[in-house]
Amino acid sequence: MRDEKELKAMADLALAHSRASQTEVLLFVTDSALTRFANNHIHQNVAERNASLMVRAAVGRRIGVASSNIVAPQGVKDTVERAGELARLAPENPDFISLPPPAPIRSAEAYFPATARFGPQERATAVGVICGQSKEKELVASGAFSVATSQMVVANSLGVFAHHMETVAELSAVIKSLSSSGYAHRLALDVSQIDPVKVAQEAIDKAVRGQDPTPLEPGEYEVILEEYAVSDILDALAYLGFSALAVQEGRSFMAGRLGQRVVGENITIWDDGLGAATVPMPFDFEGVPKERVDLIADGVARGVCYDSYTAGKEGRVSTGHALPPGETFGPVPLNLFLKEGQATKEEMIASTQRGVYVTRFWYTRPVEPMTVTITGMTRDGTFLVEKGEITRPIRNLRFTQSYLDVLRQVELIGRESKLERTGFSYNRVPALKVGRFNFTGATEF
Amino acid sequence: MKNMLLRALDTAKSRGATYADVRMVKERRQGITVKNGRVEALTSGESSGFGVRVLTHGAWGFASSSRLEPKEMDRVVAEAAAIAAASATVSGPPVDLGEPRKMVANYRTPVIKDPFAVPLEERIDLLVRASQEMARIKGIMVAEASMECLRQEKTFISTEGSHIQQEIVETGCGLEATAVAEGEMQRRSYPNSVGRHQGTEGYEFVERYDLVANAPRIGEEAVVLLSAKPCPSGVTTVILDGSQVALQVHESCGHAVELDRVLGMEAGFAGTSFLTMDKLGNFRYGSPIVNITADATIPGGLGTFGYDDEGVPAQAVPIVREGILVGYLTSRETAAVLGQKSGGAMRADGWNRIPLIRMTNVNLEPGGWRLENLIADTDDGIYMQTNKSWSIDDRRLNFQFGTEMAWEIKGGKRGAMLKNATYTGITPQFWASCDAICNRDHWVVWGTPNCGKGEPEQVAHVGHGAAPARFRNVRVGVLKS
Repeated sequence: MRDEKELKAMADLALAHSRASQTEVLLFVTDSALTRFANNHIHQNVAERNASLMVRAAVGRRIGVASSNIVAPQGVKDTVERAGELARLAPENPDFISLPPPAPIRSAEAYFPATARFGPQERATAVGVICGQSKEKELVASGAFSVATSQMVVANSLGVFAHHMETVAELSAVIKSLSSSGYAHRLALDVSQIDPVKVAQEAIDKAVRGQDPTPLEPGEYEVILEEYAVSDILDALAYLGFSALAVQEGRSFMAGRLGQRVVGENITIWDDGLGAATVPMPFDFEGVPKERVDLIADGVARGVCYDSYTAGKEGRVSTGHALPPGETFGPVPLNLFLKEGQATKEEMIASTQRGVYVTRFWYTRPVEPMTVTITGMTRDGTFLVEKGEITRPIRNLRFTQSYLDVLRQVELIGRESKLERTGFSYNRVPALKVGRFNFTGATEF
Repeated sequence: MKNMLLRALDTAKSRGATYADVRMVKERRQGITVKNGRVEALTSGESSGFGVRVLTHGAWGFASSSRLEPKEMDRVVAEAAAIAAASATVSGPPVDLGEPRKMVANYRTPVIKDPFAVPLEERIDLLVRASQEMARIKGIMVAEASMECLRQEKTFISTEGSHIQQEIVETGCGLEATAVAEGEMQRRSYPNSVGRHQGTEGYEFVERYDLVANAPRIGEEAVVLLSAKPCPSGVTTVILDGSQVALQVHESCGHAVELDRVLGMEAGFAGTSFLTMDKLGNFRYGSPIVNITADATIPGGLGTFGYDDEGVPAQAVPIVREGILVGYLTSRETAAVLGQKSGGAMRADGWNRIPLIRMTNVNLEPGGWRLENLIADTDDGIYMQTNKSWSIDDRRLNFQFGTEMAWEIKGGKRGAMLKNATYTGITPQFWASCDAICNRDHWVVWGTPNCGKGEPEQVAHVGHGAAPARFRNVRVGVLKS
């Protein structure tokens, strides 16, 4: 990792070298490693060290973006010049108003030395625990253990300078028998919070209980969704609906519905880059401080996320949800929360007459974006619940289901939440018991 | 530079490597996105670095860095060796790469018109005009036109004596028109969806697809779709256009025949495959007219190259012959399990990633039909065009795909337009129902620039030669049960 002063000097060099009317510099430094295992042994094991910069140059309302991972002084200057040259060739974009001005940024503690120091032998030891337990049960383990330390700087010619450093560790396991599989995943800033024994136990338990699954006729069932599956719901809502750009272009389910009920009144969803128990991010890729955004409160659509571009179109200020320059997707929430309830998973099972217990979803894709209708599969632990008890494992099912309708049918919400990353955002989510869920097909395992 | 790479190999050997390779990659990209006539993104990216793969005690280690300096190379080699030593503490059977392979060669993508040499103003102007042509259609909310060009210079060197230099050039472009009305959104894309169509070609690729001329049609189709009939539910005959056949091949065959998936090496993330090794040579994957080949040598294909990232020459590998599974996509390590030589499918997404088995150009060989004759030969069915959504289970059996646009076929004629068309099936049953494939006149090598796999995730650029094809007894219209 690099000293903050060194990164500031690099940013200052870029800003000083630019001849554009406004200039923005982003610096990214990463030091990451990942140990992958399959068939009860390590088969891929990698490390990467990289540093890169990205420059957005505005010549009036003409914008150019250049990036490079050559961050020696000449490389920095070359990148600045390329951005300026592109800007001078670009037609004017009347929607560009200005880069954001400086604003106070709170710091977020996200760096844990234990994670930064966690080496290949320590990862191998943890993976060895999982593979060893799997072998003892005559099962087959696969998965990955990753650690990453990263730094980000955003600076611009209006005086913005923001620096953030974080560590993230993730451990996942898919453990298989001949006829079943189980899944577990943990994510933490501090690697010492991840217990490989617990990961192994959770995945093994599902794999053992899931053996010899039988088919279940597709149709409408009650469902209990573990946190892994609920995280996918938040991803879809964020991808399809929680961006101001999607609303402005009329392609979001939130368009024209702010202030109206869009899901059940027991559902509250917000984004908070500085919230408790997420992977915090105090500012966005424009250096704008992250604001908490209440997206859905008590079932009512309350707000969406803005970057400076979409905010400018409505004469408001950014909420701090910009992506890096050059991305045209629009602003996105990256730290989502779904409010916990009071129930345990045992209570959810006990309250179910005939339903399906889902560990996770797989390969989910939008079918009808405006209704957030999604198709996907269940995976790694799907069970039938009858008269308040899990009675047998079932083969995986395909669903085609509006996630908005799911959130209109939530009967119970878990009292505990889990931090997950199933897409591009960090989601803190509880389990859900849902009254009706539409399974439209089945597979052969 | 070669001396620095050779020094890295020597360092690896001194640290106990029985095999090592170094890949140095320098990449340059330019991207232009125009939305509603305005340039939304004009980007130029450069990335360079090297990765070292080391085999010690029969186990792999890999490390990479963006700093191309001798001291950093020493550090990276040492790190790769330490990682390999850690891998060996939780090891399986020792990695066997088969016979040593020495290859000294050069390869360059044949390009008629270097895309980077075409004035940026000219490229921007083309996209602005195409976007404006879509945007002027009443009802279009978003009219997006985009282009990307890529140049990748790669050097591969190994302890077996290989030294390969390659320059790969890619050019891609696409249009997307989005119409919105009364809580509904419809989108049409050209030449393909998923952002753009792409190939290993120069700017001649963009010129061939004539974006401006096709823009009004794409805009009009998106608007008309809003008032089209929904796709009915039921079981019927389906004709898929070439780009959707390409997606069908990609998801249900291409990934399923990656031998690392078959061997469980991707079980922790992307999944495994129903095409287990006991099926090789005897499993009926499709009807007798189904022939699939993984061909990394086709001119212009997005999965075309000279040598893979293990230094194995590009080749054409039979995958399905007359409906029977006959081959896999392989690496040196996985081919050795079968007692074969690598089919040359190891590809890495940049200097900072290890090579994985990836598709090359996985092609459905053309049949003998003309599309108009195929439609005339179909009494009752649906013609589906351009992929819109795609989902398949983790063994590549149960799939459900949707297309942007569809048409009724009644009495051998194309009838009313249909929206929100979807179809679903089980892979070998679906391919067994294929009874007609269009001829080479309709055959296009579709570029898929967004194929994800591996951890850390890698995005591969792959191709699929495909022509329209007909499938019988397909369940369609699965929005609701």
